[in-house]
Amino acid sequence: MTNHWVDIKNADLILIMGGNAAEAHPCGFKWVVEAKAKRGAKLVVVDPRFTRSAAVADYYAPIRVGTDIAFLGGVINYLLTHDKIHQEYVRQYTNAPFLVRKDFNFENGLFSGYDAANRKYDRSSWGYEMAADGYAMVDETMRHPRSVMQLLRKHFARYTPEMVSRITGTPEDRFLKICQMIGETSAPDKVMTIMYALGWTQHSVGSQNIRTMAMIQLLLGNMGRPGGGVNALRGHANVQGITDMCLLTNNLPGYMRLPSDGEQTYADFLAARSPKPLRPGQMSYWQNFPKFQASLMKAWWGPAASRENDFRYDWLPKVDKPYDTLHIFERMHQGQLNGFFCQGFNPIAAMSHKAKIAEGLAKLKYLVIIDPLATETSEFWRNAGEYNDVDPAKIQTEVFRLPATCFAEETGSFTNSGRVISWKQRAVEPPGEAKSDSAIMAALFQRLRDAYLHEGGAFPEPIVKLHWPYRDPENPSPEELAREVSGYALADVTDAKDPAKVLAKAGEQLAGFAQLRDDGSTASGNWLYCGSWSEQGNLTARRDTSDPSGLGMYPKWGFAWPANRRILYNRASADPSGKPWDKKRALIFWDGVKWSGADVPDMRPDAAPEEGVNPFIMNAEGVGKLFALGGLAEGPFPEHYEPFESPLGYNPLHPDNPQAVHNPAARVFPGDWNNFGKSAKFPYAATTYRLTEHLHFWTKHAVANAIVQPAQFVEIGEGLAQEKGIRNGENIVVSSTRGAIKAVAVVTKRIRPLQVDGRVVHTVGIPIHWGFTGVAKQGFLANTLTPFVGDANAQTPEFKAFLVNVEKA
Amino acid sequence: MVAQALDVTRRSATTTPPPGVRSTMQVAKLIDISQCIGCKACQVACMEWNDLRGDIGANVGVYDNPADLNEHTWTLIRFTEVEKGPYDFEWLIRKDGCMHCGDPGCLKACPSPGAIIQHSNGIVDFQQEHCIGCGYCVTGCPFNIPRISQKDEKAYKCSMCSDRVSAGLEPVCVKTCPTGAIHFGTKEAMIRHADARIEDLNSRGFRNAGLYDPQGVGGTHVMYVLQHADQPQAYGLPKDPAISPLVELWKGIAKPLGLFAMGLTAVGAFFHFIKVGPDDGEDDANTDAGRPDKGKGGDA
Repeated sequence: MTNHWVDIKNADLILIMGGNAAEAHPCGFKWVVEAKAKRGAKLVVVDPRFTRSAAVADYYAPIRVGTDIAFLGGVINYLLTHDKIHQEYVRQYTNAPFLVRKDFNFENGLFSGYDAANRKYDRSSWGYEMAADGYAMVDETMRHPRSVMQLLRKHFARYTPEMVSRITGTPEDRFLKICQMIGETSAPDKVMTIMYALGWTQHSVGSQNIRTMAMIQLLLGNMGRPGGGVNALRGHANVQGITDMCLLTNNLPGYMRLPSDGEQTYADFLAARSPKPLRPGQMSYWQNFPKFQASLMKAWWGPAASRENDFRYDWLPKVDKPYDTLHIFERMHQGQLNGFFCQGFNPIAAMSHKAKIAEGLAKLKYLVIIDPLATETSEFWRNAGEYNDVDPAKIQTEVFRLPATCFAEETGSFTNSGRVISWKQRAVEPPGEAKSDSAIMAALFQRLRDAYLHEGGAFPEPIVKLHWPYRDPENPSPEELAREVSGYALADVTDAKDPAKVLAKAGEQLAGFAQLRDDGSTASGNWLYCGSWSEQGNLTARRDTSDPSGLGMYPKWGFAWPANRRILYNRASADPSGKPWDKKRALIFWDGVKWSGADVPDMRPDAAPEEGVNPFIMNAEGVGKLFALGGLAEGPFPEHYEPFESPLGYNPLHPDNPQAVHNPAARVFPGDWNNFGKSAKFPYAATTYRLTEHLHFWTKHAVANAIVQPAQFVEIGEGLAQEKGIRNGENIVVSSTRGAIKAVAVVTKRIRPLQVDGRVVHTVGIPIHWGFTGVAKQGFLANTLTPFVGDANAQTPEFKAFLVNVEKA
Repeated sequence: MVAQALDVTRRSATTTPPPGVRSTMQVAKLIDISQCIGCKACQVACMEWNDLRGDIGANVGVYDNPADLNEHTWTLIRFTEVEKGPYDFEWLIRKDGCMHCGDPGCLKACPSPGAIIQHSNGIVDFQQEHCIGCGYCVTGCPFNIPRISQKDEKAYKCSMCSDRVSAGLEPVCVKTCPTGAIHFGTKEAMIRHADARIEDLNSRGFRNAGLYDPQGVGGTHVMYVLQHADQPQAYGLPKDPAISPLVELWKGIAKPLGLFAMGLTAVGAFFHFIKVGPDDGEDDANTDAGRPDKGKGGDA
């Protein structure tokens, strides 16, 4: 979340789309209820199904699965053509006035630079027109035909309400009503928030779904403001924490990108990550990257890393090819992996195309499961009747199960969706031989290091020289790890402006990432968490409920990264002169000498408004990007592409271009092209989702959860049920090209057929949660059905839009 | 809420007058249906606080799970779908359970002394140790709430966490509700809170929003804010609930006669015992074996 949970209460309009907060985030949903009850806020829900979120909404519109960009693109068109944008904000705080290169273009669904053979773009033309002084060129009037504003108008002019309705199936009147409600929040004293989750990420166009919404929020002037922002609701209690600590295989902790194979020197690596400002006077904060990187490597390799040896940059892996989960399981399926460590992950249930995953696991020599529960993956070899019909005699994979502790059985921190890190104490002793994940990893590490020390190996140094300063090397304490992640001084850290002033003495915990240095005098396991455990102690354990501003910032409750800042980009909550856009929701302001207010300013504290330092300090331009340059794989502007399994089979925006039906930059493995279904055999648009009664595949192991939602079901509309002669409560078979599941049909009014480009599209809703382990009734893994293709940027699988057939069982 | 010293103001099948010295605030639970997201946290909290675990059932085509109230399920979220026009839906989500009537039909119907009591704060509580499993409370309840356990043949229902409330705590469902849709306090305060909620709902176009506190049963200590108070049936609630005339008849004329008859039977049994001695066990076993719900041990 750019904002945080409590801040939802400050919104005037709440849009839930690409998520289902009431069901998947019932606790956080209290702030929606609060905004409605106390502010009179309105709640709008856009979803293929009328959900439990919709049940308490003021307005609802249905949408075909996988067409969110068409809907949101239509909203952009509406805002631009009805002058419902926050003009001053857009001119000052976005790249709308920037000029784009002459060789950029967009034609028949493809941007300039497309390489069809490799399904990749050469993104070099997606850039700014640069002036001789090295800065990007701008036209403050935003009238230049190559200004981002004019290109934006042109790009989205095609997303008329008629076209939106043709693609999405959303009735035009409902679409326009929502446009009107959203448009009202372009007023400086009105703010909209958006709450989304996996309903936007789990698509072959997932990143662009979110980006389209971010553009809307920029156009409305809602970024950086209380009650605004773009708010990703995270699924597990600590999935934000694990993302921060480096969930993705191409990242280091704190969202620092790993080097690629081409970046063999430390200097090249740093230069590519610390961009010079693209406009005069801008901060381009990533220029501090060398400090974060050096501190990280000091934390990892301690005395072995120094300025002289580039902090052992040569020990860092250089990415030669993708290592995302789809890629790993593709390689496993090809028999290229010997072993697999599976920590807190149940891939046979959680990954797409169960049959392919199971085949891959069967090709492993060994599989290690670190988990509190007996997951399906740990028993993938077991015949569970129709739910897992395998022959154990034919599977030779050796499976090791290492029982891990559950969240309540260990001390440590949770980071919630709102970036607030909260310390928690162990509530109960772990059962049996269960050990914490850190103890298991530490014990493995000790044995690995011993093996390298005594038996040698190809490249022992990164392992042998790993800094391991913990009191019990077999079991680092959560406190030790948290202090290291936050960071400490290795030598006295002095003020850059006044070298006589010591900010942190050697050995002290650092107060924040501003104290990190690139010379090896500081160590920090994650620059974003720097200051969370300072000389004041463990700030994540704070439980002070004071809220001086009344805006729900709770500055002394836990610690929010970065720098205990509760709302990111909060400089944008004030106008260029430093006055809050809305006095009633004044977050920060220029007091004549410095920035002050209810939140930690996201701005150099002494940057006077006259200096013109713009709010989006992490961007080299200093402003929000309506035009994304080369940041995303499939284009600088979002474009609607059909899901890889589409009930239409063509893109209504580009009916004649077969290259522009699906995301042209999404990666498809050669063997998977044949695994995509066509609407002739699989006519219904399906989507998968969570129910409020369960958490993923865990709580089917808990009796109480199983009682309140005991058995697998599939939701279909009354229209489809009638066509197929299916009665409520009967068993049905749902099939895709990849497999079939059997479940009880819940026949509902809440899913009505949609009119899509002249044809009727039925939606089939498939809750996940069931499997062949646990105490709930056994069921089929829902991902038996889902396709093996992901978002072109994050490679998140397309769980939310695919084709199925439905028959009576 | 504060801890309350509770008296029992009514007791089933008892004619002794209740204590009258202390004054107690009337409490109420207010369930705001417009803020309920049907997450069932209340259901699970009720199971946990009261140590109830029923069977893991089946899905019968609805979100209501278990499909109905039972001796292990004292509160249950019920879902009703309404389609007012194309894509114009309502999903009415109501937490079902004992209404704790001001004038409880179950208590009136109950023939067993002290098996059902009403506390001075309004909570209606079943005292299972006195329950004879006759099921009259089921007949007496206008809301179809009490359930007889097949395991011990006693009646069960929501106690409004009388154990918590007497210690100054709110019922556990109130404590748990993540959206704050369930409120607890004095009945007066709850009515005031409902007024504000109804005003908000009116402003959102629900012209018939209102409070459900049916007077036919003497008002209730569990009340609802309904978006459509003119159609409580849409939520599965009776429009004008009242105690069944049969119960009133039983209470008015038949019950004294019945009690007299029961007394006669007891006297007869006593003399039978004196003359013949105790029943032999074999007969008991035969009787039980013929009943389908017996002989399963504690497997309910």
